[in-house]
Amino acid sequence: MTPARRRTFFNFWLIGPAALAIIIFMVIPLAMMAWISIQSRSYGGGVHWGELSAEAWLRFLFERNLDDSLSWSVTYTVIIIRSIWLSLITTVLSLLVGFPTAFFMATRDRKWRTLLVFMVTLPFWTNLLVRNYAWILILRDYGTANGLLMWLGITDQPLPLLHNQFAVAVGLTYSFLPFMVLPIYSSLEKLDLRLVEAGFDLYASRWQVLRNIIIPLAIPGIIAGSILVFIPALGSYVTPELLGGGKTLMIGNLIGHQFGAARNWPFGAALGLFLLALVLLAMTVYALRGRERGGKP
Amino acid sequence: MSARRAAGDARRWPGLGFAAAVFFAYVYLPIFILVILSFNENRIVTIWTGFSLEWYRMAFANDDILRAAGNSLLIASVAATSATVLATLAAVRMATTRFFGQTGMNALLALPITVPEIVPAVATLMFFASLGVTLGLGTVMIAHTVFCIPFAYLPIRARLEGMDPKLGEAAADLFANPRQAFFKVTLPLLMPGILSGFVLAFIISLDDFVTTFFVGGAGSTTLPIYIFGLVRTGVTPEVNAISALMLLVSIALVSLSLFLGRSEHRY
Repeated sequence: MTPARRRTFFNFWLIGPAALAIIIFMVIPLAMMAWISIQSRSYGGGVHWGELSAEAWLRFLFERNLDDSLSWSVTYTVIIIRSIWLSLITTVLSLLVGFPTAFFMATRDRKWRTLLVFMVTLPFWTNLLVRNYAWILILRDYGTANGLLMWLGITDQPLPLLHNQFAVAVGLTYSFLPFMVLPIYSSLEKLDLRLVEAGFDLYASRWQVLRNIIIPLAIPGIIAGSILVFIPALGSYVTPELLGGGKTLMIGNLIGHQFGAARNWPFGAALGLFLLALVLLAMTVYALRGRERGGKP
Repeated sequence: MSARRAAGDARRWPGLGFAAAVFFAYVYLPIFILVILSFNENRIVTIWTGFSLEWYRMAFANDDILRAAGNSLLIASVAATSATVLATLAAVRMATTRFFGQTGMNALLALPITVPEIVPAVATLMFFASLGVTLGLGTVMIAHTVFCIPFAYLPIRARLEGMDPKLGEAAADLFANPRQAFFKVTLPLLMPGILSGFVLAFIISLDDFVTTFFVGGAGSTTLPIYIFGLVRTGVTPEVNAISALMLLVSIALVSLSLFLGRSEHRY
Protein backbone atom coordinates (compact mmCIF):
# COMPACT_ATOMS: atom_id res chain seq x y z
CA MET A 1 0.00 0.00 0.00
CA THR A 2 1.11 3.55 -0.72
CA PRO A 3 1.40 5.81 2.35
CA ALA A 4 -1.65 7.79 1.21
CA ARG A 5 -3.73 4.67 0.81
CA ARG A 6 -2.49 3.35 4.11
CA ARG A 7 -3.61 6.58 5.73
CA THR A 8 -7.08 6.28 4.16
CA PHE A 9 -7.27 2.71 5.39
CA PHE A 10 -6.19 3.72 8.90
CA ASN A 11 -8.70 6.59 8.93
CA PHE A 12 -11.52 4.35 7.83
CA TRP A 13 -10.85 1.95 10.65
CA LEU A 14 -10.91 4.79 13.16
CA ILE A 15 -14.24 6.30 12.27
CA GLY A 16 -15.79 3.21 10.74
CA PRO A 17 -16.76 1.27 13.88
CA ALA A 18 -18.68 4.11 15.57
CA ALA A 19 -20.44 5.03 12.33
CA LEU A 20 -21.23 1.39 11.57
CA ALA A 21 -22.62 0.80 15.06
CA ILE A 22 -24.98 3.75 14.69
CA ILE A 23 -25.94 2.83 11.12
CA ILE A 24 -26.63 -0.83 11.87
CA PHE A 25 -28.37 -0.43 15.21
CA MET A 26 -30.12 2.90 14.73
CA VAL A 27 -30.36 4.06 11.10
CA ILE A 28 -31.35 0.67 9.69
CA PRO A 29 -33.94 0.05 12.45
CA LEU A 30 -35.42 3.50 11.74
CA ALA A 31 -35.59 2.73 8.01
CA MET A 32 -37.14 -0.61 8.81
CA MET A 33 -39.70 1.20 10.95
CA ALA A 34 -40.78 3.22 7.90
CA TRP A 35 -41.26 -0.02 5.96
CA ILE A 36 -43.17 -1.65 8.83
CA SER A 37 -45.58 1.30 8.98
CA ILE A 38 -46.96 0.27 5.58
CA GLN A 39 -47.20 -3.46 6.22
CA SER A 40 -50.35 -5.17 7.31
CA ARG A 41 -50.63 -5.99 10.95
CA SER A 42 -50.25 -9.42 12.44
CA TYR A 43 -52.52 -9.69 15.46
CA GLY A 44 -50.07 -11.71 17.50
CA GLY A 45 -47.56 -8.83 17.26
CA GLY A 46 -45.29 -8.21 14.30
CA VAL A 47 -46.39 -7.84 10.68
CA HIS A 48 -47.16 -9.89 7.57
CA TRP A 49 -44.08 -8.98 5.54
CA GLY A 50 -44.78 -7.87 2.00
CA GLU A 51 -48.52 -7.35 2.44
CA LEU A 52 -48.72 -3.59 1.95
CA SER A 53 -51.39 -1.69 3.81
CA ALA A 54 -52.17 1.95 4.61
CA GLU A 55 -54.21 0.92 7.64
CA ALA A 56 -51.72 2.29 10.18
CA TRP A 57 -51.69 5.75 8.61
CA LEU A 58 -55.49 5.82 8.20
CA ARG A 59 -55.76 5.14 11.92
CA PHE A 60 -54.52 8.66 12.71
CA LEU A 61 -57.87 10.08 11.56
CA PHE A 62 -60.29 7.22 11.04
CA GLU A 63 -61.52 4.17 12.82
CA ARG A 64 -62.68 1.03 11.10
CA ASN A 65 -66.23 -0.03 11.89
CA LEU A 66 -67.42 -3.59 12.17
CA ASP A 67 -68.77 -3.49 8.60
CA ASP A 68 -65.27 -2.50 7.38
CA SER A 69 -66.24 1.10 6.56
CA LEU A 70 -64.19 4.03 7.83
CA SER A 71 -65.48 6.82 10.01
CA TRP A 72 -63.82 9.90 11.48
CA SER A 73 -62.26 9.41 14.85
CA VAL A 74 -60.58 11.99 17.06
CA THR A 75 -59.16 9.51 19.59
CA TYR A 76 -55.58 9.82 18.36
CA THR A 77 -55.79 13.40 17.11
CA VAL A 78 -56.67 14.42 20.67
CA ILE A 79 -53.54 12.71 22.00
CA ILE A 80 -51.32 14.31 19.34
CA ILE A 81 -52.75 17.78 19.98
CA ARG A 82 -52.44 17.27 23.74
CA SER A 83 -48.78 16.30 23.30
CA ILE A 84 -48.03 19.43 21.29
CA TRP A 85 -50.02 21.59 23.72
CA LEU A 86 -48.31 20.17 26.83
CA SER A 87 -44.89 20.57 25.17
CA LEU A 88 -45.66 24.20 24.32
CA ILE A 89 -46.81 24.87 27.91
CA THR A 90 -43.63 23.21 29.16
CA THR A 91 -41.54 25.41 26.87
CA VAL A 92 -43.30 28.59 28.03
CA LEU A 93 -43.04 27.61 31.73
CA SER A 94 -39.35 26.79 31.29
CA LEU A 95 -38.80 30.15 29.63
CA LEU A 96 -40.62 32.03 32.41
CA VAL A 97 -38.66 30.26 35.16
CA GLY A 98 -35.43 29.92 33.20
CA PHE A 99 -34.94 33.40 31.80
CA PRO A 100 -34.66 35.32 35.10
CA THR A 101 -32.41 32.56 36.43
CA ALA A 102 -30.12 32.70 33.40
CA PHE A 103 -30.03 36.50 33.75
CA PHE A 104 -29.21 36.18 37.43
CA MET A 105 -26.41 33.72 36.66
CA ALA A 106 -24.94 35.84 33.87
CA THR A 107 -24.67 38.88 36.15
CA ARG A 108 -22.74 37.12 38.94
CA ASP A 109 -18.96 37.04 39.40
CA ARG A 110 -17.00 34.48 37.40
CA LYS A 111 -16.33 32.27 40.44
CA TRP A 112 -20.04 32.09 41.25
CA ARG A 113 -21.03 31.43 37.65
CA THR A 114 -19.07 28.16 37.46
CA LEU A 115 -20.79 26.91 40.59
CA LEU A 116 -24.24 28.00 39.38
CA VAL A 117 -23.75 26.32 35.98
CA PHE A 118 -22.74 23.15 37.81
CA MET A 119 -25.85 23.37 40.01
CA VAL A 120 -28.11 23.81 36.96
CA THR A 121 -26.48 20.90 35.10
CA LEU A 122 -26.33 18.45 38.00
CA PRO A 123 -29.99 17.32 38.08
CA PHE A 124 -29.85 16.52 34.35
CA TRP A 125 -27.38 13.74 35.09
CA THR A 126 -29.51 12.18 37.78
CA ASN A 127 -32.09 9.55 37.01
CA LEU A 128 -35.10 10.93 35.12
CA LEU A 129 -37.38 8.20 36.47
CA VAL A 130 -36.34 8.94 40.04
CA ARG A 131 -36.78 12.69 39.60
CA ASN A 132 -40.31 12.15 38.30
CA TYR A 133 -41.01 9.69 41.08
CA ALA A 134 -40.09 12.44 43.57
CA TRP A 135 -43.01 14.44 42.14
CA ILE A 136 -45.38 11.55 42.86
CA LEU A 137 -44.34 11.84 46.52
CA ILE A 138 -45.04 15.57 46.41
CA LEU A 139 -48.28 15.66 44.42
CA ARG A 140 -50.21 12.58 45.51
CA ASP A 141 -53.31 12.84 47.67
CA TYR A 142 -51.52 12.70 51.01
CA GLY A 143 -48.21 13.92 49.63
CA THR A 144 -46.01 16.82 50.64
CA ALA A 145 -47.92 19.51 48.72
CA ASN A 146 -51.35 18.52 49.97
CA GLY A 147 -49.97 18.04 53.47
CA LEU A 148 -48.65 21.59 53.40
CA LEU A 149 -51.89 23.03 51.98
CA MET A 150 -53.98 21.29 54.62
CA TRP A 151 -51.62 22.29 57.43
CA LEU A 152 -51.89 25.89 56.28
CA GLY A 153 -55.66 25.52 56.29
CA ILE A 154 -55.99 26.47 52.61
CA THR A 155 -57.95 23.31 51.95
CA ASP A 156 -59.41 20.71 54.28
CA GLN A 157 -59.27 17.79 51.90
CA PRO A 158 -56.54 16.79 49.44
CA LEU A 159 -56.63 18.48 46.05
CA PRO A 160 -56.28 16.18 43.02
CA LEU A 161 -52.79 17.28 41.97
CA LEU A 162 -51.55 14.03 40.46
CA HIS A 163 -52.63 12.19 37.30
CA ASN A 164 -53.65 15.21 35.27
CA GLN A 165 -52.21 17.67 32.76
CA PHE A 166 -51.02 19.95 35.55
CA ALA A 167 -48.82 17.19 36.99
CA VAL A 168 -47.44 16.33 33.54
CA ALA A 169 -46.62 19.98 32.77
CA VAL A 170 -44.88 20.39 36.14
CA GLY A 171 -42.94 17.15 35.63
CA LEU A 172 -41.90 17.95 32.06
CA THR A 173 -40.77 21.45 33.01
CA TYR A 174 -38.83 19.97 35.89
CA SER A 175 -37.22 17.37 33.62
CA PHE A 176 -36.01 19.67 30.85
CA LEU A 177 -35.48 23.06 32.54
CA PRO A 178 -31.64 22.95 32.35
CA PHE A 179 -31.91 22.85 28.54
CA MET A 180 -33.60 26.25 28.64
CA VAL A 181 -31.35 27.93 31.21
CA LEU A 182 -27.96 27.00 29.74
CA PRO A 183 -28.39 28.39 26.17
CA ILE A 184 -29.95 31.64 27.47
CA TYR A 185 -27.17 31.92 30.03
CA SER A 186 -24.50 31.51 27.36
CA SER A 187 -25.98 34.26 25.19
CA LEU A 188 -26.51 36.61 28.17
CA GLU A 189 -23.03 35.92 29.51
CA LYS A 190 -21.62 37.91 26.60
CA LEU A 191 -23.93 40.83 27.40
CA ASP A 192 -22.00 44.04 28.08
CA LEU A 193 -23.58 45.53 31.19
CA ARG A 194 -22.50 48.99 30.03
CA LEU A 195 -25.22 48.72 27.36
CA VAL A 196 -27.77 48.42 30.14
CA GLU A 197 -26.29 51.42 31.93
CA ALA A 198 -26.31 53.38 28.70
CA GLY A 199 -29.99 52.57 28.32
CA PHE A 200 -30.70 53.96 31.76
CA ASP A 201 -28.61 57.04 31.12
CA LEU A 202 -30.95 57.68 28.20
CA TYR A 203 -33.89 57.54 30.62
CA ALA A 204 -35.21 54.15 29.53
CA SER A 205 -37.33 52.33 32.08
CA ARG A 206 -36.41 48.85 33.31
CA TRP A 207 -39.06 47.36 31.07
CA GLN A 208 -37.72 49.26 28.03
CA VAL A 209 -34.16 48.14 28.76
CA LEU A 210 -35.33 44.56 29.12
CA ARG A 211 -37.39 44.67 25.92
CA ASN A 212 -35.04 46.68 23.72
CA ILE A 213 -31.59 45.63 24.91
CA ILE A 214 -31.53 42.42 26.93
CA ILE A 215 -34.16 40.26 25.23
CA PRO A 216 -32.95 40.95 21.65
CA LEU A 217 -29.46 39.89 22.72
CA ALA A 218 -30.82 36.76 24.35
CA ILE A 219 -32.98 35.72 21.37
CA PRO A 220 -30.56 33.10 19.96
CA GLY A 221 -30.37 31.48 23.40
CA ILE A 222 -34.15 31.67 23.85
CA ILE A 223 -34.77 29.97 20.48
CA ALA A 224 -32.13 27.28 21.08
CA GLY A 225 -33.47 26.65 24.60
CA SER A 226 -37.07 26.44 23.39
CA ILE A 227 -36.18 23.84 20.76
CA LEU A 228 -34.09 21.88 23.28
CA VAL A 229 -37.04 21.79 25.71
CA PHE A 230 -39.80 21.29 23.15
CA ILE A 231 -38.27 18.26 21.40
CA PRO A 232 -37.67 15.99 24.43
CA ALA A 233 -40.99 17.12 25.96
CA LEU A 234 -42.84 16.09 22.80
CA GLY A 235 -41.21 12.66 22.81
CA SER A 236 -41.41 12.09 26.54
CA TYR A 237 -42.53 8.74 27.85
CA VAL A 238 -41.62 8.50 31.54
CA THR A 239 -43.26 11.72 32.82
CA PRO A 240 -46.78 11.20 31.37
CA GLU A 241 -46.58 7.50 32.26
CA LEU A 242 -45.85 8.25 35.94
CA LEU A 243 -47.53 11.61 36.56
CA GLY A 244 -50.27 11.58 33.93
CA GLY A 245 -51.98 8.35 34.81
CA GLY A 246 -54.14 6.67 32.18
CA LYS A 247 -56.02 9.79 31.08
CA THR A 248 -53.14 12.05 30.10
CA LEU A 249 -51.38 10.00 27.41
CA MET A 250 -48.88 11.63 25.10
CA ILE A 251 -47.53 10.42 21.71
CA GLY A 252 -44.64 8.62 23.40
CA ASN A 253 -46.99 6.54 25.55
CA LEU A 254 -49.26 5.82 22.60
CA ILE A 255 -46.22 4.53 20.69
CA GLY A 256 -45.13 2.45 23.66
CA HIS A 257 -48.58 0.89 24.07
CA GLN A 258 -48.54 -0.39 20.47
CA PHE A 259 -45.69 -2.69 21.52
CA GLY A 260 -47.34 -3.78 24.74
CA ALA A 261 -50.95 -4.81 25.12
CA ALA A 262 -52.15 -3.34 21.78
CA ARG A 263 -49.61 -5.28 19.67
CA ASN A 264 -49.99 -3.04 16.66
CA TRP A 265 -46.52 -2.66 15.15
CA PRO A 266 -47.52 -0.77 11.98
CA PHE A 267 -49.43 1.86 13.95
CA GLY A 268 -46.59 2.18 16.47
CA ALA A 269 -44.14 2.56 13.58
CA ALA A 270 -46.32 5.17 11.86
CA LEU A 271 -46.63 7.15 15.11
CA GLY A 272 -42.86 6.92 15.60
CA LEU A 273 -42.25 8.32 12.13
CA PHE A 274 -44.80 11.05 12.73
CA LEU A 275 -42.98 12.07 15.94
CA LEU A 276 -39.67 11.99 14.08
CA ALA A 277 -41.17 14.26 11.40
CA LEU A 278 -42.40 16.74 14.05
CA VAL A 279 -38.91 16.82 15.56
CA LEU A 280 -37.28 17.38 12.16
CA LEU A 281 -39.78 20.16 11.48
CA ALA A 282 -38.91 21.88 14.77
CA MET A 283 -35.18 21.59 14.00
CA THR A 284 -35.62 22.90 10.46
CA VAL A 285 -37.55 25.92 11.74
CA TYR A 286 -34.70 26.51 14.17
CA ALA A 287 -32.03 26.17 11.45
CA LEU A 288 -33.92 28.55 9.13
CA ARG A 289 -34.45 31.12 11.89
CA GLY A 290 -30.73 30.91 12.64
CA ARG A 291 -29.81 31.54 9.01
CA GLU A 292 -32.26 34.44 8.77
CA ARG A 293 -30.70 36.05 11.84
CA GLY A 294 -27.19 35.42 10.60
CA GLY A 295 -28.08 37.25 7.36
CA LYS A 296 -29.11 40.42 9.15
CA PRO A 297 -26.50 43.12 9.64
CA MET B 1 -28.72 60.24 40.71
CA SER B 2 -27.75 57.40 42.99
CA ALA B 3 -31.20 55.85 42.58
CA ARG B 4 -30.79 55.93 38.79
CA ARG B 5 -27.38 54.34 39.07
CA ALA B 6 -28.75 51.57 41.26
CA ALA B 7 -31.48 50.95 38.68
CA GLY B 8 -28.85 50.86 35.95
CA ASP B 9 -26.96 48.11 37.71
CA ALA B 10 -28.57 45.02 36.22
CA ARG B 11 -27.06 42.86 38.96
CA ARG B 12 -29.34 44.44 41.52
CA TRP B 13 -32.67 44.32 39.77
CA PRO B 14 -35.47 43.52 42.17
CA GLY B 15 -36.85 40.02 41.91
CA LEU B 16 -33.80 38.60 40.14
CA GLY B 17 -32.38 36.93 43.24
CA PHE B 18 -35.88 35.84 44.23
CA ALA B 19 -36.50 34.26 40.79
CA ALA B 20 -33.19 32.39 41.01
CA ALA B 21 -34.06 31.20 44.53
CA VAL B 22 -37.43 29.92 43.29
CA PHE B 23 -35.66 28.18 40.40
CA PHE B 24 -33.14 26.37 42.58
CA ALA B 25 -35.83 25.44 45.09
CA TYR B 26 -37.92 23.98 42.26
CA VAL B 27 -34.93 22.00 40.99
CA TYR B 28 -33.55 20.74 44.30
CA LEU B 29 -36.47 20.52 46.75
CA PRO B 30 -38.02 17.38 45.17
CA ILE B 31 -34.63 15.66 45.37
CA PHE B 32 -34.20 16.66 49.03
CA ILE B 33 -37.74 15.59 49.88
CA LEU B 34 -37.10 12.18 48.32
CA VAL B 35 -33.82 11.72 50.22
CA ILE B 36 -35.33 12.86 53.53
CA LEU B 37 -38.38 10.59 53.16
CA SER B 38 -36.08 7.65 52.49
CA PHE B 39 -34.89 7.97 56.10
CA ASN B 40 -38.42 8.14 57.49
CA GLU B 41 -39.29 5.25 59.81
CA ASN B 42 -43.00 5.54 59.02
CA ARG B 43 -44.42 3.20 56.41
CA ILE B 44 -47.01 5.82 55.33
CA VAL B 45 -44.20 7.55 53.57
CA THR B 46 -45.32 11.19 53.80
CA ILE B 47 -45.64 11.70 57.54
CA TRP B 48 -42.31 12.13 59.33
CA THR B 49 -42.16 10.16 62.56
CA GLY B 50 -38.47 9.50 63.08
CA PHE B 51 -35.11 8.65 61.57
CA SER B 52 -34.54 5.11 60.36
CA LEU B 53 -32.21 3.12 58.12
CA GLU B 54 -34.71 0.27 57.98
CA TRP B 55 -35.64 0.79 54.30
CA TYR B 56 -32.00 0.77 53.23
CA ARG B 57 -31.48 -2.44 55.18
CA MET B 58 -34.52 -3.96 53.48
CA ALA B 59 -33.36 -2.82 50.06
CA PHE B 60 -29.95 -4.40 50.55
CA ALA B 61 -31.54 -7.63 51.76
CA ASN B 62 -33.79 -7.86 48.69
CA ASP B 63 -32.40 -10.35 46.14
CA ASP B 64 -34.39 -8.86 43.26
CA ILE B 65 -32.93 -5.43 43.93
CA LEU B 66 -29.39 -6.80 44.17
CA ARG B 67 -29.83 -8.73 40.90
CA ALA B 68 -31.23 -5.61 39.19
CA ALA B 69 -28.31 -3.55 40.51
CA GLY B 70 -25.90 -6.19 39.21
CA ASN B 71 -27.52 -6.06 35.76
CA SER B 72 -27.40 -2.25 35.74
CA LEU B 73 -23.68 -2.24 36.57
CA LEU B 74 -22.87 -4.99 34.05
CA ILE B 75 -24.77 -3.28 31.21
CA ALA B 76 -23.32 0.12 32.05
CA SER B 77 -19.74 -1.25 32.18
CA VAL B 78 -20.00 -3.05 28.84
CA ALA B 79 -21.89 -0.24 27.07
CA ALA B 80 -19.69 2.56 28.43
CA THR B 81 -16.48 0.69 27.57
CA SER B 82 -17.54 -0.14 24.00
CA ALA B 83 -18.97 3.34 23.42
CA THR B 84 -15.78 4.98 24.73
CA VAL B 85 -13.53 2.88 22.48
CA LEU B 86 -15.68 3.65 19.42
CA ALA B 87 -15.98 7.34 20.35
CA THR B 88 -12.23 7.74 20.97
CA LEU B 89 -11.36 6.33 17.54
CA ALA B 90 -14.00 8.47 15.84
CA ALA B 91 -12.99 11.65 17.72
CA VAL B 92 -9.32 11.21 16.80
CA ARG B 93 -10.27 10.78 13.16
CA MET B 94 -12.70 13.72 13.13
CA ALA B 95 -10.12 16.03 14.70
CA THR B 96 -7.05 15.17 12.59
CA THR B 97 -8.02 16.15 9.06
CA ARG B 98 -11.01 17.47 7.20
CA PHE B 99 -12.60 15.02 4.81
CA PHE B 100 -15.56 14.67 2.48
CA GLY B 101 -18.81 14.00 4.30
CA GLN B 102 -17.57 15.26 7.67
CA THR B 103 -20.73 17.27 8.39
CA GLY B 104 -22.84 14.22 7.67
CA MET B 105 -20.61 12.17 9.96
CA ASN B 106 -21.07 14.73 12.75
CA ALA B 107 -24.84 14.51 12.33
CA LEU B 108 -24.65 10.70 12.37
CA LEU B 109 -22.62 10.68 15.60
CA ALA B 110 -25.13 13.07 17.19
CA LEU B 111 -28.18 11.15 15.91
CA PRO B 112 -28.74 9.14 19.11
CA ILE B 113 -29.19 12.33 21.17
CA THR B 114 -31.19 14.22 18.52
CA VAL B 115 -34.23 11.96 18.25
CA PRO B 116 -36.64 11.36 21.16
CA GLU B 117 -35.49 8.14 22.81
CA ILE B 118 -38.82 6.32 22.42
CA VAL B 119 -38.47 6.25 18.60
CA PRO B 120 -35.12 4.42 18.29
CA ALA B 121 -36.14 2.28 21.27
CA VAL B 122 -39.19 0.79 19.54
CA ALA B 123 -37.37 0.73 16.17
CA THR B 124 -34.58 -1.35 17.73
CA LEU B 125 -37.17 -3.59 19.39
CA MET B 126 -38.77 -4.30 15.98
CA PHE B 127 -35.33 -4.74 14.39
CA PHE B 128 -34.19 -7.40 16.87
CA ALA B 129 -37.57 -9.11 17.04
CA SER B 130 -37.82 -9.33 13.22
CA LEU B 131 -34.37 -10.87 13.05
CA GLY B 132 -35.44 -13.43 15.61
CA VAL B 133 -32.94 -12.24 18.21
CA THR B 134 -34.07 -12.99 21.77
CA LEU B 135 -34.43 -9.78 23.74
CA GLY B 136 -32.30 -9.70 26.88
CA LEU B 137 -29.00 -8.52 28.30
CA GLY B 138 -27.23 -8.70 24.91
CA THR B 139 -29.72 -6.56 23.01
CA VAL B 140 -29.82 -4.00 25.85
CA MET B 141 -25.99 -3.78 25.84
CA ILE B 142 -25.95 -3.14 22.08
CA ALA B 143 -28.68 -0.49 22.24
CA HIS B 144 -27.00 1.22 25.20
CA THR B 145 -23.64 1.26 23.42
CA VAL B 146 -25.23 3.09 20.48
CA PHE B 147 -26.86 5.86 22.50
CA CYS B 148 -23.80 6.23 24.75
CA ILE B 149 -21.53 7.05 21.78
CA PRO B 150 -22.40 10.79 21.59
CA PHE B 151 -22.01 11.20 25.37
CA ALA B 152 -18.55 9.62 25.29
CA TYR B 153 -17.64 11.44 22.07
CA LEU B 154 -18.28 15.04 23.17
CA PRO B 155 -15.77 15.32 26.09
CA ILE B 156 -13.10 13.49 24.06
CA ARG B 157 -13.66 15.80 21.12
CA ALA B 158 -13.53 18.85 23.43
CA ARG B 159 -10.23 17.62 24.85
CA LEU B 160 -8.82 17.12 21.35
CA GLU B 161 -9.82 20.65 20.34
CA GLY B 162 -7.76 21.99 23.24
CA MET B 163 -4.70 19.95 22.21
CA ASP B 164 -1.82 21.40 20.24
CA PRO B 165 -1.69 19.72 16.78
CA LYS B 166 2.06 20.41 16.75
CA LEU B 167 2.50 17.59 19.28
CA GLY B 168 1.59 15.03 16.64
CA GLU B 169 3.83 16.73 14.11
CA ALA B 170 6.68 16.72 16.61
CA ALA B 171 6.20 12.97 17.07
CA ALA B 172 6.30 12.50 13.29
CA ASP B 173 9.50 14.60 13.10
CA LEU B 174 11.02 12.24 15.63
CA PHE B 175 10.26 9.34 13.27
CA ALA B 176 7.24 7.99 15.09
CA ASN B 177 4.83 6.19 12.77
CA PRO B 178 1.12 7.08 13.07
CA ARG B 179 0.49 4.16 15.38
CA GLN B 180 3.36 5.12 17.73
CA ALA B 181 2.32 8.77 17.64
CA PHE B 182 -1.20 7.76 18.58
CA PHE B 183 -0.33 5.41 21.42
CA LYS B 184 2.62 7.35 22.84
CA VAL B 185 1.51 10.96 22.37
CA THR B 186 -2.17 11.44 21.55
CA LEU B 187 -3.69 8.78 23.78
CA PRO B 188 -1.92 9.74 27.05
CA LEU B 189 -2.77 13.40 26.50
CA LEU B 190 -6.35 12.46 25.73
CA MET B 191 -6.80 10.31 28.84
CA PRO B 192 -8.71 12.84 31.00
CA GLY B 193 -11.17 13.40 28.15
CA ILE B 194 -11.56 9.67 27.61
CA LEU B 195 -12.18 9.02 31.31
CA SER B 196 -14.64 11.90 31.49
CA GLY B 197 -16.49 10.53 28.43
CA PHE B 198 -16.49 7.04 29.93
CA VAL B 199 -18.03 8.24 33.19
CA LEU B 200 -20.75 10.22 31.37
CA ALA B 201 -21.59 7.22 29.17
CA PHE B 202 -21.66 5.06 32.31
CA ILE B 203 -24.14 7.38 34.08
CA ILE B 204 -26.36 7.63 31.01
CA SER B 205 -26.49 3.86 30.67
CA LEU B 206 -27.03 3.35 34.41
CA ASP B 207 -29.95 5.80 34.44
CA ASP B 208 -31.61 4.69 31.24
CA PHE B 209 -35.18 3.53 31.40
CA VAL B 210 -36.95 3.85 28.02
CA THR B 211 -34.49 1.91 25.82
CA THR B 212 -34.02 -0.83 28.43
CA PHE B 213 -37.78 -1.13 28.87
CA PHE B 214 -38.42 -1.80 25.17
CA VAL B 215 -35.24 -3.55 24.03
CA GLY B 216 -34.86 -5.68 27.17
CA GLY B 217 -36.51 -8.95 28.04
CA ALA B 218 -36.42 -11.63 30.67
CA GLY B 219 -33.18 -11.45 32.65
CA SER B 220 -32.33 -7.85 31.78
CA THR B 221 -34.21 -6.13 34.60
CA THR B 222 -32.15 -3.11 35.65
CA LEU B 223 -32.72 -0.89 38.69
CA PRO B 224 -34.78 1.73 36.79
CA ILE B 225 -36.98 -1.04 35.33
CA TYR B 226 -37.42 -2.55 38.80
CA ILE B 227 -38.25 0.85 40.33
CA PHE B 228 -40.76 1.55 37.53
CA GLY B 229 -42.53 -1.74 38.21
CA LEU B 230 -42.85 -0.91 41.92
CA VAL B 231 -43.87 2.70 41.38
CA ARG B 232 -46.71 1.68 39.07
CA THR B 233 -48.21 -0.46 41.80
CA GLY B 234 -47.73 2.09 44.56
CA VAL B 235 -45.28 4.06 46.63
CA THR B 236 -43.18 1.98 49.01
CA PRO B 237 -40.39 3.09 51.35
CA GLU B 238 -37.88 0.69 49.73
CA VAL B 239 -38.31 2.54 46.43
CA ASN B 240 -37.41 5.77 48.22
CA ALA B 241 -34.25 4.17 49.55
CA ILE B 242 -33.06 2.77 46.18
CA SER B 243 -34.04 6.00 44.41
CA ALA B 244 -32.09 8.10 46.88
CA LEU B 245 -29.07 5.82 46.42
CA MET B 246 -29.29 6.10 42.63
CA LEU B 247 -29.40 9.90 42.87
CA LEU B 248 -26.32 9.95 45.08
CA VAL B 249 -24.39 7.60 42.75
CA SER B 250 -25.21 9.78 39.71
CA ILE B 251 -24.22 12.97 41.54
CA ALA B 252 -20.93 11.44 42.67
CA LEU B 253 -20.13 10.16 39.17
CA VAL B 254 -20.96 13.39 37.35
CA SER B 255 -18.85 15.38 39.81
CA LEU B 256 -16.00 12.95 39.07
CA SER B 257 -16.48 13.36 35.33
CA LEU B 258 -16.47 17.15 35.51
CA PHE B 259 -13.40 17.05 37.71
CA LEU B 260 -11.60 14.82 35.18
CA GLY B 261 -12.60 16.96 32.22
CA ARG B 262 -11.72 20.20 34.02
CA SER B 263 -7.98 20.37 33.30
CA GLU B 264 -8.68 21.17 29.65
CA HIS B 265 -6.22 23.94 29.02
CA ARG B 266 -3.16 22.45 30.58
CA TYR B 267 -1.55 21.51 27.27
